[in-house]
Order: sequence, then structure tokens, then C-alpha cells
Amino acid sequence: MTRMMAIVEREMRKFFRSPTLMMVSMALPLVQLVILGNAMGGKIRGAKVGVVDYDHGSQALKVHEAFNDVAANIRTFTTIEYNDEKKAREDVRTGKLDAAVIIPAQYSRRALAGDSPQIGLVVDNTDQITSSSIESEMQSLVDALNAPVIQPKVVQQIALEIVELYPYVEYMKYLLAGSISLAMYVAVMIGGGILYIDDKARGVHEGYLVTPITKFELVLGLNLAGTVKAVMSGISLTVIGSLLAGLGSIFHPVTDLLLLLLIVSTSIAFNGMMFLMMVRVEDPLVPRAMFGVLNTLLFFPSGAISPVAGFPKWLRAIAVVDPFTYAVHGFKAVLLKDGGFDAIWMDLVFLFGFGIATLLIATPLFKRTL
Amino acid sequence: MNAGKLNVAISVENIVKRYGNFTAVGGITFHVDDGEIFGLLGPNGAGKSTLIRMMTTLTPVTGGRAVVSGHDVSREPDAVRRTIGVIPQALTSDIDLTVEENLSIYAKLYEVPKADRERSIHDLLEAMDLVKWRGAQTKTLSGGMRRRLEIARGLVHNPRIFFLDEPTTGLDPVSRVAVWEMLNHLKNTRHLTMLLTTHYMDEADRLCDRIAIVDHGKLVALDTPMALKASVPGTNVVEAQFSEESTEWPSRLQQLSGVTSVESQSAGMYRLLTSNGSLTTTQLVAMATELGGSIKSLSVQNTTLDDVFVHYTGRQLRDEQVKAHGFVMPPRPGMQP
Repeated sequence: MTRMMAIVEREMRKFFRSPTLMMVSMALPLVQLVILGNAMGGKIRGAKVGVVDYDHGSQALKVHEAFNDVAANIRTFTTIEYNDEKKAREDVRTGKLDAAVIIPAQYSRRALAGDSPQIGLVVDNTDQITSSSIESEMQSLVDALNAPVIQPKVVQQIALEIVELYPYVEYMKYLLAGSISLAMYVAVMIGGGILYIDDKARGVHEGYLVTPITKFELVLGLNLAGTVKAVMSGISLTVIGSLLAGLGSIFHPVTDLLLLLLIVSTSIAFNGMMFLMMVRVEDPLVPRAMFGVLNTLLFFPSGAISPVAGFPKWLRAIAVVDPFTYAVHGFKAVLLKDGGFDAIWMDLVFLFGFGIATLLIATPLFKRTL
Repeated sequence: MNAGKLNVAISVENIVKRYGNFTAVGGITFHVDDGEIFGLLGPNGAGKSTLIRMMTTLTPVTGGRAVVSGHDVSREPDAVRRTIGVIPQALTSDIDLTVEENLSIYAKLYEVPKADRERSIHDLLEAMDLVKWRGAQTKTLSGGMRRRLEIARGLVHNPRIFFLDEPTTGLDPVSRVAVWEMLNHLKNTRHLTMLLTTHYMDEADRLCDRIAIVDHGKLVALDTPMALKASVPGTNVVEAQFSEESTEWPSRLQQLSGVTSVESQSAGMYRLLTSNGSLTTTQLVAMATELGGSIKSLSVQNTTLDDVFVHYTGRQLRDEQVKAHGFVMPPRPGMQP
């Protein structure tokens, strides 16, 4: 026990002597949270839509009025009048416009006669996010134009009543679970993996190996220290990230306890995984090269950025064995949904189990000699 | 397991280390007596470090056996580790920790009780002249001070046997002398058995009670420095440099009284081993005068370990160092005119 704690003491003293490590391990997730959180997931505002009106009738005027309402209220797009359809299409192609609406000649007559009236919409679908927003807004607008002026007393169409369980969740809040997990991953990679291999290369481990410390004490000491570093990083990012994203749930003691359980289990899982990967590595360049690859391979399929349900099968298969998936799920359940222990116990079981299993596999692989 | 003699600290019998088809150590046998300073001398790549790593349980033994403090390194590695202190070739103390923290961590790794730990650290800091640096981060220390810290670290659990792998490599001459003095002091005050590897002849000569010369993984000579020097034919080394080079010089030099070997070095420089330095020198001057040549420089010295190494391996240690690292040992005093 004394020998194992000596390893932990040494690692922690080193850790506190170089606060840069702590800063660096939190910089990437924090920057990602702030930049991606604000850049993505927001509603489209001020897209430019060209309008070519060949009709100029009363029903075309209604379309223009609807466009003005959009520009004044929801502000998804503003309109620019065009006289020539060809020019409008060209401007969409060259990026001067995001879309073009074509109101054909005879539109008003056909609309009043109920004779299949049509409005054309030309979109730049290389930008899926903007084009789907404009399409969705235009569909709502067309639905409103189709609605009868006088509503029937008995509605015959099927209506969908949507109940949102939680207040609107900004993307930054959605991203926070991933950022907390990422902070722990970076702490484990830098504070554990990279420093571990650097120490090996500098001969520090040679110094340990000539002492009577057992293989198990050495492995456990190194992993315990790595876990403590990751826990500290996780707690720091949970607090800072929650304050930045405006999540007040961290002020609830029960939530804090659940978060702590998740942070500890995630740290154990990440540390076990890292140790298993690094246990036979000698070259200090290897963990540095693996850092980015692993980040992409584990972080993105986890559902931190977008839902796992949207992935192809092979990517979902990665998500199933990826500890990030369970960490992200658990943090989202606690931070965004106020889910209790019931919502995260399976994540905790996986993360603790994964950490212990990887450590058990890594220990026999650890060489007690050079 | 006892090695057979009660006063034997280390017993190595026909020890072998192979890496695939390459034999790094090919069947070396020697014994180190209790309280002795034993040197393993050889060029880089001779197998010294591999040998010391096998004895300190760092590298598995392929064949033969090594018994340290009565324990077989392959069968009882933990028992061996408890009785030895090891200073690796590289400076491995943690540069972010203070001097005292480094010692304290290692004392804990050896499970030294708290009361003993504090006393031991204090004594070692005093012995290594590091008391005023106890709170300094290791990265602020000079190379010599760091090496002294490493020595203190290896002794923090009061071992019986101390292994030092090239303890002064990379140190300036003043620091090297300081380390030698420290090691001599330790030997006298702590009754330590020391086994050190080195490729510095002067270090081996000055520190070691006995020296084993290792080359290509084989033991080529083993004795006290005095006995090794005496074993080389010729008791003096004469170095002469002629103003003009001549093809006649080697054969004429070989004919001088007492000369046992002539080695041509460079630019008219010859190195002669002789049993009678003064007579050879007199004859050499007469020969040069007779042949109308002039002597640019002339020196006479006693046989050194350099000569011993050349005698047993057929080449100079410094040549091996140049091949390995592009490094040349500084010339010995008296070598230059």
C-alpha cells in the first residue's frame, strides 16, 4: 500500500507542479464547447431569397405579405425582388442567394380556381442546413396559404399534439456532456498516456523496477493517479461548462452526487482503456500520434455531437463498445433531463466494468523487466 | 541460496544474455567480495550494462546464474531488490520534484519506516553535500549535483550492495572527481559492496579494488589494477614522435633493448612497450642520431590501463568510443610534449 501510494504521490506532485497540464487538458473541450456550441444548432437567420413574380395578382400579393411576415418575425430569410428567373437561378448557383422563389404567371387565377396552383422553390442544397430551413419555412408558409379562410367547426384532419418534456435545449447545453467526457479523455491521454511513455523513455520506470514494488502495485498506482487527474479535470469542466451553458442543475446536491459517480466511472474507464493501449508502447511518438485518431474514433460516434440513431450500422457498432457513448448518455441524462439514478445505472455499470476489465487485461501485459 | 563463500557479495556463473541471434553477454563468470569495489571496464556495446541489468533483475537471464546477497536473481528477484541500490546510466530523478521529495518517494518504495526515512534522508543529504538544496527542484541542479542525488536515492534504504552504471558519464572533470570522492567516502563509512561499470580508465584505476575487462560480451581479463598492469609485457610506455616519417622506424624500434611491442600512431608518432624505459629511451635517441633523424617529442610513462586494454583486446578503448559516439577521451597528463 505504501509503495502504491508513493507512485500516486509522485504523479500528483508532478501534476500540481505543472498546472499547464491541467489547463491544456481543459482548453480543447472548453474551446469546443464555446465555439461549436454557439456555431452549431442555432436557427438560420437572414438567408437571402430571391423572388421572381410573373403573376402580380392578388394571390401573389398574399405570398409577398407572408414573406414580409417571415422577415419581420422569425427572420429565417429576407426577400429580394428579381425580374428574371434565369438571373435568380444563376445567383443561387453562385451563392449570392440562398434560394429563389418563382411565382409563375396565372398563379392567382389558378389559386382562385383551385386549379393546381404552384410556387417554385430553387434551393442551394450543397448547404443542407440552410436549404432544409428555408424548405421547412416555405412549407409552413404554403400550408398557411392552403388553409381555408373560415375554419370548419369540426376538424377532420389528424392533428399531432407535441408535448416537449424539457424547456428548449440550446446546442451548447447539448454539447456539454461530450465536452466533459472529452476533458477527461484529454487528461487521461496527456496526464496518463503521454507522461507514462515519456517517463518510460527517460528511464524513470527503470528506477521503479529495481525497487521491490510489485507489478500490481505499480499498475494500480499509475492508474489511480491517472484517475484522480481525470476526475479533477471532469469536475472542473462540469462546473465551468455548466456555468457557461447556463445549466443550473449542478447546484442540486443529488445531481452533484450522480455527476461525481459518472465522472469517477468515466475516468476509470478511460484510464483503463489508455493503459491497455499504452502498456507495451515504448516510443514517445506513439501516444501523440494516437491522440487525434482516438479522439475522432471515440468522441464522434458517441452521440456527443449528433444522435447515434442517425449513424450507419458500422458506426453504431463502434458506439456500442465506446465508453464515450455511455459517459455522454449519462451526463445528458443528469444535466439535461434531471434523470435520477435509474437513468444512469446502466452507464455506470458499463463504465466501471469496462475500466476494471481493461485494467485486468493490461496488468499481465505490463512488463516487470526491461 | 548462498554462493558458497560467506564473504562473497555477488557471484556470477557463466551468465548469458541473448537477444534473438545476438549474444550480448556470452558466458561470464566472476565473484565480488563483500566490501569490495568491483569495476566492469569496456567500451560501449561491450555488454557491461546488460550484465548489470541482469544482476539488478531488470533484464531476464538467458543462461547461467547470478547470485546477489545470497539470492538468485532469477528465482528471488524481490529479495535481491531489497538488498541492492541501483544507479542507472541515465539521470532518472524526477526533475519536477525537489531533492527531498525524490528521496522520500524512493524511501517509500522501499517501505523504509517513517522515522528511519527522515534520518536516512538527512544523513544522505549531508553525505552528498546537498543539504542546502533539499527544497530545490531537481531541474535547477547541475549535472554533478543530480548525479549525487541519484547516488543518495540509491542508498536511501541502506542497501548492502550498490550497482552504478557509468556513474560519471557526461560529467565535467571537477564533478567526476567529486563523485569519486563521494563513492570512496561511502565505501569507508557504510561498508558497501560496489559494482560499477565504466569506460573511463582513470575512473576504474582510481576507484576499483578489482577490474573485469569486458569486450564483445566476454570477460577478457580480471584482476586488481596493479596486477593487470603488471600482466602486460613491458613495464613502461615510451612515446616518441620523429620530425620525419620513415619506413625504417618500426623495425629499428622493435630492435631496441626491452621493447615488447611497437605501435605506430600518427604523423611519426610511435608507442613502445618496454621492460626498461630508461635504456630504451637512451638507445632510441642514439638510433635517431645515427640515422640523421630528429625527435620532436619523447615521453616515458608507467603502464596504464589503456595499455592493459590494448593488450587484452587488441585495440584502444578510445577507438571504440569514437566509433560508438564520436567521442574522444581527453588526453592523459604527460602525453603531450
